[in-house]
Amino acid sequence: MSGAQKTILVVDDDEDFREQMSLQLEAAGYNVVTADGEEAARRTLEDLNPDLAVIDLMMEHVDGGFTLAYRLKKRQPPVPVIMITAVASETGLDFASAAASESGWMRVDALLSKPVRPEQLRREIARLLPE
Amino acid sequence: METLRVLMVEDEAAMRAAVSRALSRYTLRLPDIEGEYGFAIEEAGSAEEGLARIEASPPDIVLLDHKLPGMSGVELLGILAEKQPPVSFLTVMMTAYATLENAVVATKRGAYDFLAKPFTPDELRSVVSKTTRHLLLTRETRRLAQEKRQVRFQLLSVIVHELKAPLAAIEGYLYLLQDPGTGSDPAVYKKAVDRSLVRIGGMRKLITDLLDLTRIESGQKRRELVPLELADVARAAIESVQPEAERRGIAVTLHAPAPVPMVADRAEMEILFNNLLTNAVKYNRDGGTVTVRLTGGERVRIEVADTGIGMTPEETARLFHEFVRIKNEKTRNIPGSGLGLSVVRKLAHLNGGEVTVESSPGVGSTFTVEIAAHSPEAQETEPE
Ligand SMILES: Nc1ncnc2c1ncn2[C@@H]1O[C@H](COP(=O)(O)OP(=O)(O)OP(=O)(O)O)[C@@H](O)[C@H]1O
Repeated sequence: MSGAQKTILVVDDDEDFREQMSLQLEAAGYNVVTADGEEAARRTLEDLNPDLAVIDLMMEHVDGGFTLAYRLKKRQPPVPVIMITAVASETGLDFASAAASESGWMRVDALLSKPVRPEQLRREIARLLPE
Repeated sequence: METLRVLMVEDEAAMRAAVSRALSRYTLRLPDIEGEYGFAIEEAGSAEEGLARIEASPPDIVLLDHKLPGMSGVELLGILAEKQPPVSFLTVMMTAYATLENAVVATKRGAYDFLAKPFTPDELRSVVSKTTRHLLLTRETRRLAQEKRQVRFQLLSVIVHELKAPLAAIEGYLYLLQDPGTGSDPAVYKKAVDRSLVRIGGMRKLITDLLDLTRIESGQKRRELVPLELADVARAAIESVQPEAERRGIAVTLHAPAPVPMVADRAEMEILFNNLLTNAVKYNRDGGTVTVRLTGGERVRIEVADTGIGMTPEETARLFHEFVRIKNEKTRNIPGSGLGLSVVRKLAHLNGGEVTVESSPGVGSTFTVEIAAHSPEAQETEPE
């Protein structure tokens, strides 16, 4: 890794997901900042400029993830966003497809579903954060 | 007054007028069914016209003449019987040839009742009354079944979500162990194993709670009402939370100055204590106390008081419903299914009583269950 360490913001209300992201991204040499929801993320972003964000779509407000992604995309320069979905197909709530159709408008950079496999995540990050 | 629409398919104008007269001022009150019912009469001179009207806007009851020019009444019945989705109105056949054979054919094709011509206004009203009653009861039954399915589905969706979240977490940790980048790190290893075990514990609790809940709700499991001493049940339950309480330096004490005899289902009482006691320990502070107080009599009082994190009035107002968990800084790392208290409430109701809570943040909570010493036999499943 050349130059300054890159910072990744992880936003999810599941403690274990945040823990897993930290463990694996730190092992890969990134600096990780976590937030447990949209509110906390907004506060964190007041004095943080992440290089990339990993956001869970399904936080306490169903569209919390989208709102946050939208804010990050409005920044200059826009922050790459990886959206994570816990697809609940059994419940008939198909957030993956909703997310896909919205992703054009939102310009989310990648959509992954939970659980996220490490190599999958590394691939997306490498694509979005080229050295 | 509610108005039911009656469509009369009859080619004789005089007959239509007579039926209209007999029903237009007629109002109906039915035993066991709420409300008063009146009738609005619509007329069709042929089966074809009747069918068109039914398709445009289905009535509640159809009075159908047997012999009509063009398509006959029985033929129309046949068409109606084939309709998908099935029609939701009832048909009464009117015929001058009330033979057994006619009746059989018509009923086979879905007629609800028969009216032999000529009939008196009273005979007409009596058939209409009987038909209305059947119609309303079927609709009510169908509505209830629908509502029940709805509730089931919502509950299932929540359960699916509640089970998938820990599964995803455990799977995520296993991926970390499998990955060469993280798998060889002892710190990751420890974290992954510890947290997976916690999440598995949460799933197990959810499954046990769900089983308790369905047993109670379905009434499948026969309740065994036996004489028992409640203090014994309390002592056994305290025993089972003791290891966790000791680990956190929490003292659990029982105050039962006099015997508390009951006639109740032992398993129900165990579940009740277990849920209240696990919570009192789980949501306590290290070094805190849990006090169980039992008072006997015709009404039995169970108090479980803790010195834990407590709740605000807004939070306590939301308790006792399925899957309600209070989310804040203090509860974040405490696993649970959010079912325990809803089980407690169901059990309290089943035993002719109620559960209440008094709580203040940072001070502690007291849950009080007041139930009948002799549990009522009736297995009422209460609508939520
Ligand atoms: N003694 C207590 N002190 C403070 N808060 C409590 C207490 N008991 C329950 N609560 C709050 O009420 C919520 C619902 O409790 P409930 O027992 O139904 O579920 P749970 O503890 O989340 O899970 P479980 O059913 O696995 O025990 C809890 O999440 C907790 O926030």
